[in-house]
Amino acid sequence: MRYVDEFRDPVTGQQLLQQITHQVRVLGRDAQHPLKIMEVCGGHTHTLFKFGIESMLPEGIEMVHGPGCPVCVLPVGCVDDAIAIATQPNVIFTTYGDTLRVPGSQKSLLQCKAEGADIRTVYSPSDALALARQSPDRDVVFFGIGFETTAPSAALTLLQAHEEGLSNFFLFSTHITIIPTLQALLDDPLLQIDGFIGPGHVTMVIGLEPYLALCETHHKPIVISGFEPLDLLQSLVMLLEQFQTGRCTVENQYKRVVQNSGNRIAQQALEKVFLPRECFEWRGLGSIPNSGLQIRPEYAHLDAEKRFLLPSRSVPDPKACQCGEVLKGAIKPWQCKVFGTACTPETPIGACMVSSEGACAAYYNYGRLATTRTLPQER
Amino acid sequence: MCLGIPGQIIQVTDTARKLGIVEIGGVRRTINLACIVDQDHAIGTCVGAWVLVHVGFAMNRIDPQEAQRTLDLLREMGDLQKEIASIEPTDTKTSEGTGEIR
Ligand code: SF4
Repeated sequence: MRYVDEFRDPVTGQQLLQQITHQVRVLGRDAQHPLKIMEVCGGHTHTLFKFGIESMLPEGIEMVHGPGCPVCVLPVGCVDDAIAIATQPNVIFTTYGDTLRVPGSQKSLLQCKAEGADIRTVYSPSDALALARQSPDRDVVFFGIGFETTAPSAALTLLQAHEEGLSNFFLFSTHITIIPTLQALLDDPLLQIDGFIGPGHVTMVIGLEPYLALCETHHKPIVISGFEPLDLLQSLVMLLEQFQTGRCTVENQYKRVVQNSGNRIAQQALEKVFLPRECFEWRGLGSIPNSGLQIRPEYAHLDAEKRFLLPSRSVPDPKACQCGEVLKGAIKPWQCKVFGTACTPETPIGACMVSSEGACAAYYNYGRLATTRTLPQER
Repeated sequence: MCLGIPGQIIQVTDTARKLGIVEIGGVRRTINLACIVDQDHAIGTCVGAWVLVHVGFAMNRIDPQEAQRTLDLLREMGDLQKEIASIEPTDTKTSEGTGEIR
């Protein structure tokens, strides 16, 4: 596939790995004193494992898998709310497939569906809108989840429903934003990170500017990266170059997709539809100010939170779960007490085990196989 | 759900709703083009363009020149690395024990 295959060439990948190894040596980093680099986005975690990159990096680099997988940070309370909506009479509840197995306090959406609720997996919010048009006598709710990558599509769909005068389409927004999240991470004394691989697709929407202040106040370099193996390796080279030259800036490796100013149309849609919530509770990370997006009062008639009575309870994460520490990079997934025993992709306790972009699922599915250091090739 | 995939716009099907057919890895789907259409980029002109598709929406155009520049840079990095590797004595080379100077 164009724009994919060219960025997977194993020979170039091997050369970049050699360069990274060389740079790490020059920087004097080793297994005892590794550079800790966080890839914020779950898509990057996925690439690192799928192509076995994690296991080929020199020991002087430690990749910390950040909280950028929206499924992984979806709190128990939100799942309970989603279930409360889905079990109302006359509701068709639509969602991306990824959320189905995330555990709530009693059950998951999947269990709820098995018990008879009309829950349907959709590929796009547009599919939910089409359902609403087709079923005027049912309430169709779309479960909006994700960062600024998926939030604009939800916003545009809501605007479309508004324009068409639909009265049976509702958005349940658990959308979140990246900058307050990074801010909270950087303010956390537990977190020891030297630099960041920034999320390419969020940045394609918001642009580079919002990162500048963060980079400056916390003195952490950030390289915005694409999602193919060569993208990630090149981003690492760029980040290491910043360390070598003592620079600390926001750089863009993913120029084919990310413009410095982002996508203005998507930004305007977000502005028009959403307002920041005072606080949003994350699975594992607790409450982060201004990190959630709620629907503006102008569109209250399309807001599922207004239409349905929701428990909106704050439910603590399960006791056995150490997702918070994993998401902050304080422990590695396999160090969690229940990893691979009580918590597996089939029977997840924490959400990091649910999504294929979650750090725990990635380790479970790929990590244990990555014992040899070979060329990056798709497994 | 968060993984974006490149695709090529084949046809515009609904100018008012800004919908078009995009081919993504051999599969054709109706995709919303609202995020990539504005005064400077009229919807009629986007057939043939490559875009990044997320959850049924084209979220940005892919810039072919920038893609080429990145690939060129990657190649240069690779060449440079070959140079460095050829002058840098590494453990593997000395341990081969052939006595040859390479
Ligand atoms: S193994 Fe399960 S419970 Fe432990 S951190 Fe990972 S997802 Fe959470």
